[in-house]
Amino acid sequence: MNRRGEGLGKWLVSGPPILYLLLFFAIPALIMVLASFRTPGEFGGLAPLIDEAGKPDVNVDSYVRFFTEPVYTQIFVKSFVYAVATTLLCLAIAYPLATLIARSSKRHRDLLLLLVILPFWSNFLIRVYAWMIVLGPQAALARMVNGLLGAFGAEPVSLLFSSFAVLICLVYVHLPFMVLPLYANLEKHDQALLDAAQDLGANAWQRFWRITFPLSLPGVYAGAALVFIPALGIFAIPDILGGPDDSLIGNVIKQQFLETRDWPFGSVLSIVLTVAALAFAGLAAWVGARSTRREASGA
Amino acid sequence: MALLEIEDVTRRFGDFTAVDRVTLAIEAGEFFTLLGPSGCGKTTLLRMIAGFDLPDGGRILLNGQDLAGRPPEARPVRTVFQSYALFPHMTVEGNVAFPLKMAKTAPAEMGGKVAAALENVRLTGFGKRFPHELSGGQKQRVAIARALVTHPTMLLLDEPLAALDAKLREEMQIELINMQKEVGITFVYVTHDQTEALALSHRIAVMDRGHVEQLDAPSRIYSFPATRFVADFIGTCNLLTGPVVANAAGIVSVDVRGLGAVKVAASSSIAVGAQGAIALRPEKIALDAAAPETADNRFRGTVSDFLYHGDVTVYKVMTDAGTTLEALSANSAAGGTRFHEVGDAVGLSWPAAAGHFIAG
Repeated sequence: MNRRGEGLGKWLVSGPPILYLLLFFAIPALIMVLASFRTPGEFGGLAPLIDEAGKPDVNVDSYVRFFTEPVYTQIFVKSFVYAVATTLLCLAIAYPLATLIARSSKRHRDLLLLLVILPFWSNFLIRVYAWMIVLGPQAALARMVNGLLGAFGAEPVSLLFSSFAVLICLVYVHLPFMVLPLYANLEKHDQALLDAAQDLGANAWQRFWRITFPLSLPGVYAGAALVFIPALGIFAIPDILGGPDDSLIGNVIKQQFLETRDWPFGSVLSIVLTVAALAFAGLAAWVGARSTRREASGA
Repeated sequence: MALLEIEDVTRRFGDFTAVDRVTLAIEAGEFFTLLGPSGCGKTTLLRMIAGFDLPDGGRILLNGQDLAGRPPEARPVRTVFQSYALFPHMTVEGNVAFPLKMAKTAPAEMGGKVAAALENVRLTGFGKRFPHELSGGQKQRVAIARALVTHPTMLLLDEPLAALDAKLREEMQIELINMQKEVGITFVYVTHDQTEALALSHRIAVMDRGHVEQLDAPSRIYSFPATRFVADFIGTCNLLTGPVVANAAGIVSVDVRGLGAVKVAASSSIAVGAQGAIALRPEKIALDAAAPETADNRFRGTVSDFLYHGDVTVYKVMTDAGTTLEALSANSAAGGTRFHEVGDAVGLSWPAAAGHFIAG
């Protein structure tokens, strides 16, 4: 192929995805940024760009509102706590699971991976609603817990519509996103490295902590990002399984756009969420890189 | 008492017996080699010494103490792996410091020990590099430094030079010999490469199908192979087989098909009529236009093929009686490249003492 043909081929390959990102990511994001500096319209949406007095509708009122009303910062912090807790719980459950899959025989491995992704074959909302039944007051789990509490003379509790229900479902829904990147990483580990570590005097815990875990960090980071970011913005799970106090930032944003119809304030919340998530990911990467460097030199 | 005693050790994998009742002893300070073709059980034996594999029968004693029940991390032996197995997320220093850290060495002593270990393998100044920034030979040296930094009782090396190119391999062989002399640690070396084994070792155990065929010094293994397998596996060898037809005070005559009676120095107790083989190295055969009348063995033949190696040439000679012998001669002809061409009629001769008689 000649030089011009090569250039054309390159554009044919990279053009559509670039166009896609431009149309459905860059432009909507830009619209959101612009909307955050506007005033909400009387019946939702945005007020006219030029008002009746002929002045342009540009202000930072929505930003001022976010930073002066502490309730929104509190919801933000709560959402972060939920997302961090979800990520850590997923990691704690997924690590042994991914290790087990990576170490099992080729035949069992495929079956176990299939079981991990099997939940994706049913609808997300149906899976969330299923937890209403599992955690409901008539279900065996709630009866058992309340029976135990009753035996100790404590008041019965509701498992459903609680922080507990939200968290357990957040972990359940996001677990495969942690298992898959971890498995992809652990599966590639070289047994000779563990043999060498053992030969050099490392016990089972030291082999894990000094060799397996640091080498699995790329998988941990990938899994953490895939869990943390969607968990931070989720609204369906708190809507369905949460109590009145379990509203997360995702719920507030949805509420601003669909119920209160305050687009500028919804945009501000979305932008702050994006910036905060990016900052958090950057901080995590920086801390990770620093500790890796320290470990590398054997300090 | 030997440093390491392997007593009647057996290891089976299903129906396959990888190591079959092996008994041998390794002395302190020795460079000991386990040599054999792939599947002969040498690596399995090494893994059992390291503790990665356990014998199905027999005992392994280090300094008189049974190693059974001691996991690899609790044995004072270190392994250099064929793939080097350097930790990719640690620098050279981090790798070498690893066993010190596992041994709870005081941090104050650590730096000095790491530096000394790197100096031993001539890698001073490479401490901050990562394994992927090193050449094959450098990785090899890091692996050795890491294994030696805690001064183990014994170093096990599993085909450590297999991944290096020929030139570097020769350099590393010399370095290994010197290093072993300097540190005085017992080396147990596994290889399938007989020239490497001959060059490096104090003693070699030649293994085949789970058995030790011969255990001896390299020169004795080469000159006096105990079995046909050893004669054939170590270097190239003409194996002349047939019945013993005469024994005149230690000069045995073997009737070799396609050659005739061949004389070889052997024990005077060998009975006439017994089967035997004569191991005759190619370099022991003299090639001349006319074989001297005085030689114990002299035959005539025609050069059918040759392999030119630069310093030497290997000639395949078809004898008049119809068998092919391999003879090697140095290309020392003044003003020429070598002595003989294909089709040349040559005489072959060797003294009775040149061959080695193998009974059976």
